[in-house]
Amino acid sequence: MLFADTVVPDPAVHKPKVMAIMVAVGFVLFSLMGLNDTIFGEFMRPVIGEPKESGLFGNLATGLVISIIFTINVVLIGFLPFRAQVFVVWIELLALFLAFFYSFGLDFTFIRSKVWFMISQGVFTTLYISAISIILASIVAIFGAVAKLSSNGFANAIATFYTSFFRGLPLLMQVYLIYLGLPQLGYVIDAVPAGILALTLCYGAYMTEIFRAGIQSINKGQWEASRAMGFKFGLTMRRIILPQAMPLIIPPTGNQFIAMLKDSSLVSVIGVWELMFLARTLGNKDFKHMEMLITAAMIYWCLTMVLEVIQSRIERHYRTVSH
Amino acid sequence: MSEPIIQMIGVNKWYGDFKALTDIDFTVNKGDKIVVCGPSGSGKSTMIRTLNWLEAHQEGKIIVNGHEMHAKMKNVDAVRMDVGMVFQHFNLFPHMTVLENLKAGPMWVRGVKEDAAHKTAMKFLDRVRIPEQADKYPGQLSGGQQQRVAIARSLCMQPKVMLFDEPTSALDPEMVAEVLDTMIELANDGMTMVCVTHEMGFAKAVADRVVFMDEGKIIEENDPHSFFDNPQNPRTQNFLSQILQH
Ligand SMILES: Nc1ncnc2c1ncn2[C@@H]1O[C@H](COP(=O)(O)OP(=O)(O)OP(=O)(O)O)[C@@H](O)[C@H]1O
Ligand SMILES: [Mg+2]
Repeated sequence: MLFADTVVPDPAVHKPKVMAIMVAVGFVLFSLMGLNDTIFGEFMRPVIGEPKESGLFGNLATGLVISIIFTINVVLIGFLPFRAQVFVVWIELLALFLAFFYSFGLDFTFIRSKVWFMISQGVFTTLYISAISIILASIVAIFGAVAKLSSNGFANAIATFYTSFFRGLPLLMQVYLIYLGLPQLGYVIDAVPAGILALTLCYGAYMTEIFRAGIQSINKGQWEASRAMGFKFGLTMRRIILPQAMPLIIPPTGNQFIAMLKDSSLVSVIGVWELMFLARTLGNKDFKHMEMLITAAMIYWCLTMVLEVIQSRIERHYRTVSH
Repeated sequence: MSEPIIQMIGVNKWYGDFKALTDIDFTVNKGDKIVVCGPSGSGKSTMIRTLNWLEAHQEGKIIVNGHEMHAKMKNVDAVRMDVGMVFQHFNLFPHMTVLENLKAGPMWVRGVKEDAAHKTAMKFLDRVRIPEQADKYPGQLSGGQQQRVAIARSLCMQPKVMLFDEPTSALDPEMVAEVLDTMIELANDGMTMVCVTHEMGFAKAVADRVVFMDEGKIIEENDPHSFFDNPQNPRTQNFLSQILQH
């Protein structure tokens, strides 16, 4: 949270002027949307008669009623305490969102028949590819960071070249380059290892910077005390510097993991049966593209929400451990 | 009897173009307690940090515990293990408890077993009078307590000589005494010590010799009695009159 002032003004939405503006703006916007031929128009039937034939009058009346309902809703939420406000607004936004998808007229029996396969096959593959890649990327990043900070010209050159290259190319291109390029050199590589390799190298390059910043943020005195006691470089790094850098490294790494979870969809282009691949292929035969894409989207979203919760737990853990 | 443990012979050091140490000749014998003082920027920290080669020198010889310190030396860590160092800002490891800070050195680089390391750690925590803080983290201690832990951490390595770089100058006045008391006890137990400090009471109480530095040179070196009562060099006189005013 930002700095919370001790003086609490009335919520803006309880000012008559703001309410009036909300109604007015809502009226204009909702009227322009022409909502009289939707479900809202049906509700207005007693007032405007047959919605389809109500014309301009029906449109304006519907817009006015909806904007008033909307404003009352906002004003009521304004009375709630913070947590309840967050909860209610979340639920309302979610409901609107689902209503939006619902309006596509999706085939839910089709979704139900495929969703378990998507989860068992797709989510599983997506998760394990991402998890292996983030672990390998972290290892790459440690070495990359040490090399970047080192005074050894070879190590420094290799590390800077590596990060520059893999941060400079689109990930999709890296996936193709590895999957199609390595066989040219005589190494035939399966789709899954190729995908993991591409994600590892790409994210390893980004995370090299995260690790470097984390390592550099540790006070020079920690190095001096360690070296003065006869600790060698590796021991100092492992036992003194990295443990202190972890609280700084973990949160952005969690972010990277969430980003990777979604970027792993790019390895679908080389035929790995992860979530995105299934989303594109399962719907093909029956022309149910939208159903599968939306299902996959929802699954991605749920996964990232779970990860966000886990990440905030880990962050809290490190906050309490390090004094 | 006088067996040198540290020798600096004609040492010169530059930071880029800036000359930080000029022709330093300096010997520490076993059992010596030496206080180094001088104005800010005179090279006191630089000198004491070249002794365990946290800083490199470019000319002359530095011999510590029989080993010459130079860029190609193989056993710098072995030499450093025998040279304890206490810093102005303590530099305790904040992610480890006091006890873990004390056990780390012996266990990780001396190959001491956990039980033995624990015993030594508690012995020295007793010695600096804070055994009850063993399980706290450094961040939970006062500055004076942290510095005493730092001293104990060095002692756990069983060093042959201890270097102090302004150990009390980051402390509030009321905590200076407790750290100085610890250091005086250490001196009375016969520890060889080189101590950069402006605490002249400490110098009078324990020092065998006081070294005065200015502009990277050793200007004057004498026993405390002569040094304080009868300083030879005008710069020493000037410096002493300034710090004794307070
Ligand atoms: N890493 C460095 N690079 C360049 N110059 C340095 C460096 N460290 C110290 N110096 C310079 O060397 C000179 C001596 O510094 P040093 O820290 O040894 O002084 P000091 O006597 O310990 O002073 P103080 O009492 O302020 O701690 C100073 O002029 C300082 O600016
Ligand atoms: Mg200094």
